[in-house]
Order: sequence, then structure tokens, then C-alpha cells
Amino acid sequence: MSTSDRDWDEGGPERLYVITGGRADSTEQADLDLVTLIVSREEPKAGIQPELAAILRVCRSPVSVAEISAHLTLPTSVISVLLADLLADGRVEARTPASSRPDIALIEAVIDGLQNL
Amino acid sequence: MVSRISDTVTEPRREDRLPSTASSAVKIVIVGGFGVGKTTFVRSVSEIRPLTTEETMTQAGAGIDDIAGVERKTVTTVAMDFGRITLNDELVLYLFGTPGQQRFWFLWNGLFEGALGAIVLVDTRRLEVSFDVIGRLEEAEVPFVIAVNSFPDATSYLTEEVRGALDLPDSVPIVVCDARERPSSRDVLLSLMRYLRTFVTTSEST
Ligand SMILES: Nc1nc2c(ncn2[C@@H]2O[C@H](COP(=O)(O)OP(=O)(O)OP(=O)(O)O)[C@@H](O)[C@H]2O)c(=O)[nH]1
Ligand SMILES: [Mg+2]
Repeated sequence: MSTSDRDWDEGGPERLYVITGGRADSTEQADLDLVTLIVSREEPKAGIQPELAAILRVCRSPVSVAEISAHLTLPTSVISVLLADLLADGRVEARTPASSRPDIALIEAVIDGLQNL
Repeated sequence: MVSRISDTVTEPRREDRLPSTASSAVKIVIVGGFGVGKTTFVRSVSEIRPLTTEETMTQAGAGIDDIAGVERKTVTTVAMDFGRITLNDELVLYLFGTPGQQRFWFLWNGLFEGALGAIVLVDTRRLEVSFDVIGRLEEAEVPFVIAVNSFPDATSYLTEEVRGALDLPDSVPIVVCDARERPSSRDVLLSLMRYLRTFVTTSEST
């Protein structure tokens, strides 16, 4: 359906289970949208779980949850669990998406932005 | 084989970084059948090379337990392409391409939630793929426009013929596009946004 230069890790469910410490269940996921922007507040410390370190590095500038998933080649469900950890102690900041009921100002801003493309 | 995460992570390229002032993002979904041009559309307007995100669907296995006592589950994964357009210093637009076939609808939950709207890409040689998608969008009250992708060997239909075939009300915009061309894809996005604006201005004036 789609091609990418790099193959997704075919590690299977076991690998994902290890990365999230077995918390792939939805109750442990942060309530994040695919387009919630994440920004790191600190550099990874020594000894940190590699996946968490990778997120902190990728998010030095604002990056959406979907982009984090793409950069780490991990499903968004797994990214949400990892982000819950980082959000809990303030190592990253989440910037929530604009509301789904767009007001006129938002719609005009999107139109202006597209017209400048 | 368990691979090391550091081997597989790519950091965003310097020129792909969003400004630090980026504070909110919106999304539009591009939906359509196989090979209708979803990836082409996303690529033509995106400022970054399209990325791929993976969604998983977990189903409980048939009672097989592994040694750790963890119930084995079947995990189906589906990839979605997406691209990005920085609209201004604060606002970012993401475009997600997703297949329209019913068996992929499990992807739609997180996707359409909060989305501004959808673009239904249509190939006039295979209009039937779009029926279910359109029905589903109407049900979910997701505003959408129809973009007829012009493939060279397809008979060209008048948009009103397409409207009739898809049984759509006059209010739903139908535009013809060439997904390979950035201005064309951008115009489709603009027609969706102008359509959305009519709702807001209509409800505000009543
Ligand atoms: N002539 C013409 N060809 C197009 C257009 N859009 C896409 N194509 C071609 O159609 C083929 C399929 O396009 P894709 O963008 O891969 O379609 P897709 O919907 O992403 O396909 P899947 O992800 O496999 O479902 C490619 O060879 C494109 O170059 C168009 O507007 N006009
Ligand atoms: Mg594709």
C-alpha cells in the first residue's frame, strides 16, 4: 500500500511488548492525537531507555506524534505509551491540536497558508 | 532478531524542522481506493518527503498462551503515508493518506477524530470503491469534497455525471485534479477549506 525506503521492524508483538514494558494496553497510553506536537524539554540522560532517548532527540524541535512514529519505526500505540512516561515527569511538552470544530479564524489561517504555497 | 533502536531511528533533517513557535496542528485525510493517487497527492503538496506511520490492530489469539503467560495476540499492521505543510509560524497542516476499503476502517478512529475534513480521491474507472467511503463519512459527519483524479485512459465525465453516479447533494464540491501537480492538489485542499468556511459563516449568520 505504501512504500518507504526503510523496512519496518518486523519484530512482532513480543518486541513491542518489551519496549513498552508490557503496557501496550490503552489505559497506559497518553491521550494524544496523531498531530499533537511534542517538544523535548531536556537532553537524554545516560542510561535512559534507548527508545525514550530517541524520542527526546527527535523532538528537539516540535514534531507530531505521527512523525515520531515514522522516525522510530514504531506504531503510534507504542509511541503513546512511551510519551506517557516522558509527559508524566515533564521531559517533553505536548502542544494539543487545534479544535475539531474549526472557527472562522482557523479556517482563514489555513486558506492563507495554502495560498502562499 | 531484535534490532537496536539506534540503528533504525532517523532524526528530522535540519531543513525539515518546524519552527520552535509551532503550537498547533490540524489534519486533513486523503481517502480513496487502491492506486487512486493518495500517496502522489500527499507527496505533491508536502514540504517533507512523505513519511509512513504504522497503526496496529490487535485481536485476541485463539487461546494460545506463551511461556510468560501472556496471551498471544494477532497484530495486524497497516501503514499510512503522511505529509506536512507549515501554514505559518504557529500552525501546521498534516495530510494523511488512508485506504478506503472497509477492512481498513479500523484506522479511521484516531484519524478522523479532530480532522478538519476529508478529500475523497476518485478514479472514474472505479467509482464503486467510493460508495462505502462516502457513506461512512456522511455517517461520521466528516465534511468532504470529491477530487476526481484524471487518469489519461479514463473517460472524462462531467462533474455532474459523477455527482449523479455517487448520489451526492449539490452542496458537496466536486473538483477535477491531477494529483501529480502541486498547484492542482493545493486547489483541492483550498476547495475543502472554502467548503468548510460556508458552514461556519452559515451557522454564524443564523
Ligand atoms: N495521470 C495521472 N496519474 C496519476 C495521478 N495520480 C497518481 N497517478 C499515478 O497513479 C499511480 C498510483 O498512484 P499512488 O499515489 O501510488 O496511489 P495510492 O492511492 O497511494 O495507491 P495505494 O497506496 O497502493 O493504494 C502512480 O503511478 C501515479 O503516478 C493523476 O492525477 N494523474
Ligand atoms: Mg499509497
